[in-house]
Amino acid sequence: MTIDPVRGASRPRSFLGRLLAGDQVARAITATFAGGILLLTGLLVFELFQSSALTRDKFGWAFLFTRIWDPVAGQFGALPFLYGTLATSALALAMAVPLGLGAAIFLAELAPPRISDALTFVIELLAAVPSVIYGLLGVFVLVPIMRALGAPYGVGVLTAAVVLAVMILPFIVSISREALLSVPREQREAALALGATRWESTWQVVVPFARLGIVGSVFLALARALGETMAVTMVIGNDPRIHASILAPGYSIAAVIANEFTEATSDLHLSGLIELGLVLFFLTVLLNGVARLLILSTTRRGTQHP
Amino acid sequence: MRLALCLFALLVPLSAQTLVNGAGATFPYPIYSKWFDEYHKLHPDAQINYQSIGSGGGIRQLQAGTVDFGATDQPMNEEQLGKSSIKPLHFPTVMGAVVATYNLPGVEAELNFTPEALAGIFLGKIKKWNDPLLVKANPGVPLPANDILVVHRSDGSGTTYIWTDYLSKTSPEWKTQVGSGTSVNWPTGLGAKGNEGVAGMVKQSQYSLGYVELIYAIQNKMAYGRVRNAAGQFIQPDLASVTAAAAGAAADMPADFRVSITNAPGKGAYPISSFTWLLIPSQIMDATKKLILTDFLRWMLGPGQKMAEPLSYAPLPKSVVAAELKAVAAIQ
Amino acid sequence: MIWRKLVNWIMFALTGLCALATVSVLFFILGYLLWYGSRSLSWSFLTHLPTPAGEAGGGMANAILGTGKLLLLTTLMGVPAGFLAGVYLSEFGRGSFPAVVRYTADLLNGVPSIVIGIFAYAIVVKPMRHFSALAGAVALSIMVIPITMRTTEQFLRAVPQTLREGALALGASQWKTVASVVIPAGFRGVLTGTILGVARVAGETAPLLFTSFSNQYWSSGWNQPTASLPVMIFNYAISPYDDWHRQAWAAGLVLLALMLTANVAARLVLSPKVNQNA
Repeated sequence: MTIDPVRGASRPRSFLGRLLAGDQVARAITATFAGGILLLTGLLVFELFQSSALTRDKFGWAFLFTRIWDPVAGQFGALPFLYGTLATSALALAMAVPLGLGAAIFLAELAPPRISDALTFVIELLAAVPSVIYGLLGVFVLVPIMRALGAPYGVGVLTAAVVLAVMILPFIVSISREALLSVPREQREAALALGATRWESTWQVVVPFARLGIVGSVFLALARALGETMAVTMVIGNDPRIHASILAPGYSIAAVIANEFTEATSDLHLSGLIELGLVLFFLTVLLNGVARLLILSTTRRGTQHP
Repeated sequence: MRLALCLFALLVPLSAQTLVNGAGATFPYPIYSKWFDEYHKLHPDAQINYQSIGSGGGIRQLQAGTVDFGATDQPMNEEQLGKSSIKPLHFPTVMGAVVATYNLPGVEAELNFTPEALAGIFLGKIKKWNDPLLVKANPGVPLPANDILVVHRSDGSGTTYIWTDYLSKTSPEWKTQVGSGTSVNWPTGLGAKGNEGVAGMVKQSQYSLGYVELIYAIQNKMAYGRVRNAAGQFIQPDLASVTAAAAGAAADMPADFRVSITNAPGKGAYPISSFTWLLIPSQIMDATKKLILTDFLRWMLGPGQKMAEPLSYAPLPKSVVAAELKAVAAIQ
Repeated sequence: MIWRKLVNWIMFALTGLCALATVSVLFFILGYLLWYGSRSLSWSFLTHLPTPAGEAGGGMANAILGTGKLLLLTTLMGVPAGFLAGVYLSEFGRGSFPAVVRYTADLLNGVPSIVIGIFAYAIVVKPMRHFSALAGAVALSIMVIPITMRTTEQFLRAVPQTLREGALALGASQWKTVASVVIPAGFRGVLTGTILGVARVAGETAPLLFTSFSNQYWSSGWNQPTASLPVMIFNYAISPYDDWHRQAWAAGLVLLALMLTANVAARLVLSPKVNQNA
C-alpha cells in the first residue's frame, strides 16, 4: 500500500504527461467497460426487435389484444399471457403488500433497532432463495394444499400468485422499512406532541410521509413478479386461455417462453415468442423506472430538514 | 495459487472422450436413456448426451445445427425438411403406444374409451366422468360425477402429434376444429412439460385424464384404458397390439421410413401406436461423431432391440431393420 | 381514549404478526428443505452420474460440478467487466455519461432472466452451433455485470476523499491513487457485494435452459453443454419418478445451502468492517 511519488513534486499537466502517467489509459480502459454496458443493452434490444420482426409485421399492435395462440394455424396473440402475467402479479401484490407493509411498520416503528436489523436480515434472505426452489416447494407443498382447499387442479393462477407473493415479500418489507426509517423524527414527535397514540402517529403521519417510497417498493416488487419464470411455470398450469376463475390454470409470458422456445418449429412461432419477450422487457423497464423515481424522491425528501 | 491452478484445470477440455449431443422426443426417453447408457458402458470413449425436450425441440435444434442428432415422434414434413441445410434421415427405433392414463379414485376396472369419447373429452364437450358416452362403453363401472381434469402437453411434442393424429382420423369435428401437430390450440385442459410432466400431473391430480407413452404409465403404476380400434374392438395397449398395428405398415414401408400407423386396420391393432425416429444428418462432417452415430445405429438395430421389450416398447419388424441397416450405410 | 389505545395495541400486534409470519416463511422453507433434502442427500447423490429414466441410484455429481464451472466462468468474465465499469463511474466519470451508464445498468438489471437467455442463445449458441457452458456463463455474466458495477461504485465512493487527496498531494497520478489507495480501501465491500451478486445468479435457471442445456455425463472444458443444479431440479421436480423427486430435494438443499452461506458470510464479513472507515 505504499505510494511511489512521481519524479518531481508537481503532477504533469500536459496530455502527453498525463498519458505517460497512465491516467488516460486507465480512464480509457474503464470507460470502455462502462460504455460496454451501453453496447450490451443496445444489442439486447436490437436483437429482440430483429428476431420478432416477423410477427410484428404480420400482426402489428393487434398482437397485444389477440386471444389466440395457435402454432398450427400460425395465429399468435399475447393477450392470454398478458392476462396471466398481470393477474398473477396483481394477486400477488394484493397478498404481499398488506403483509409486507405491516411487517415493515413493525420493524421500523416498534421493534428495537437490534431486533429490527436482525429480523430484516432474515427477511432479506428470502430474496436469496432461487426461483426454482420456490417452484419445488410450490409443486410439492402448495399444490396439494390448494387441492385440499378446493382447487380442482391444484395448479393455477391463484397458486402462482401465492408463490409470487412470498417471493416479492422481502422487497416490499426491506424498501418500505427504509422509507419509513427515513422519515424525520420531528414528524413523529410533532404528532405525538399533539396527543396522537403511537399507531395514529405512524398510520396518519409517518406512512403518508413515506408513501412514495412504499409505492416505489410496490412497483419494484411488481417488476420482479412479472419476470419470474421458473416458480410460475411449475405451478401455473400452462394453459394459454383466459378463464373467469382464478383457480383455473393460466399462462405467463415468461413461462411460455421457457416452455416453447427450444422447439418453436416455425419461424413465425419463434418470432411470436420473442415478441412476447420484448413486451415483457418494456413492461419491466417501465415499472423499474417509475419505481426508482419514487424511491429516490422519498429518501431525498426524508433527508431534507425544514 | 494452487487453488487457482485447480480451478483452471476445470476449464481445460479433456479430449479423451467424444461427446455427441442430441435432443428431442420424450416419448422414447426411457429406452433412449437406457440405450445411450449401455452403449457408453460398451464404448467408454463415446458419450451420447440426449436431452428430452420434446419432438418439436429435436427438430428445431437439429435445423439450427445446435445438436448432432434429433429425435421425433412426428416425421418431419416437407417444409421442415426443406429448411434444413443438411437433409436429415429418419431412422425408426422402436414402436410405442400412447395411452389414455387417468387417476380415478375408487375405480379399479380398466376403462374403455371410444374415439368419440376421447375427442369429446379433449374438445371440452364431455365434461364429467359419468357422461353417457363413457357409461355406455363401461357398463357396470361406477363412474363418479366429478369433472374430468384434462392434461395435455405444454411443449412441442411428438406424443401430441400421435394423439391428435389419431383424433383427427377418427373425429371430423376434431380435425376441423383443432387438427394435428406437435403444438395445437387445445380447447381445454392444462399443459405439462414432457411426458414426464403429464404423468406427474395426472398421478397427483384426482379425476384427471392425460395421454402419455405406455412406459410412463407402467413405471408409475398409473391406470390406463383400452381404446376401440378401427375394427371395433377395445384393445389394451401392449407389445402385441402395437406390433399388430405396425404389421401392415412394415410391408409397405416407404424408403424414407416416414409413416403413420395410428388407427391401423387389423383386429388386434392398438389404434394409437407409432414409430419413433432418430433424425440423423445425411452428412456428418466430424469423422469421430459419424463413426459413433453409425456404430450406435447398427448396435441399436441389433442388440439394442432386445432392450425394448422390458420397457414395454415394441421392437421393429425384421423387414424394417434390414432396410434401415442399408440406410445406415448411406450416411456420408 | 380507551378505544384509541385499544386500536393502538391491536394494530401494532397485527403488524407484529405480519413480521412474524414473514420470518416464519423463511424458516418454513429452510426447514422443509432441510427435512426432505437431508433425507435424500447421500454419498451416491454427491458422487454418481444420472441414471436412465426410472432407474434408481443416480446422482447429480456432474450438476454440482457444472454449477461450479458456470460460476467460475461467470466470475472470470462478468466480475472484472462490472468492476472496471464501477471504477470508472466512481473515479473517472464526468458529465452525463456516467448517469446514462448507471441508468442503463439498472435497466439491464431489471431485464427478466428468460429474456437474457434468449439473447445469449442468439449471440452465442446459434453462431457456435452448439450449447455450451460458455453460453450459460455469458448469460449469467450479463446478469452479474450490473450488480457488480453498482456494488463497486457504491463501496469505492464510500472511501473518504481525504485518502485520495492525501495520495495526490504526495504526487501520485490519479490511476495510481485509485489502484494503490482507493481500491484496497474499498476492497472488502466490493468483495462481499460481488459474492452476493455471483450467489444470486447461481440460482438462476431460466437463462440456462437454452444456453448450457444439460448433460448426462461430466462436461469437459467450457465448450460442452453442462448439467447444472437449477436445471436438474426443474427437470426432476416436474417428472413422475419418486426417485427423481428425492434427488430434486437434495439438490435444492445443496443449492440453498450455497446461497445462504454466501449471503450470511458476505454480510457478516462486511458489517464490522464498514464501521472502521471513519
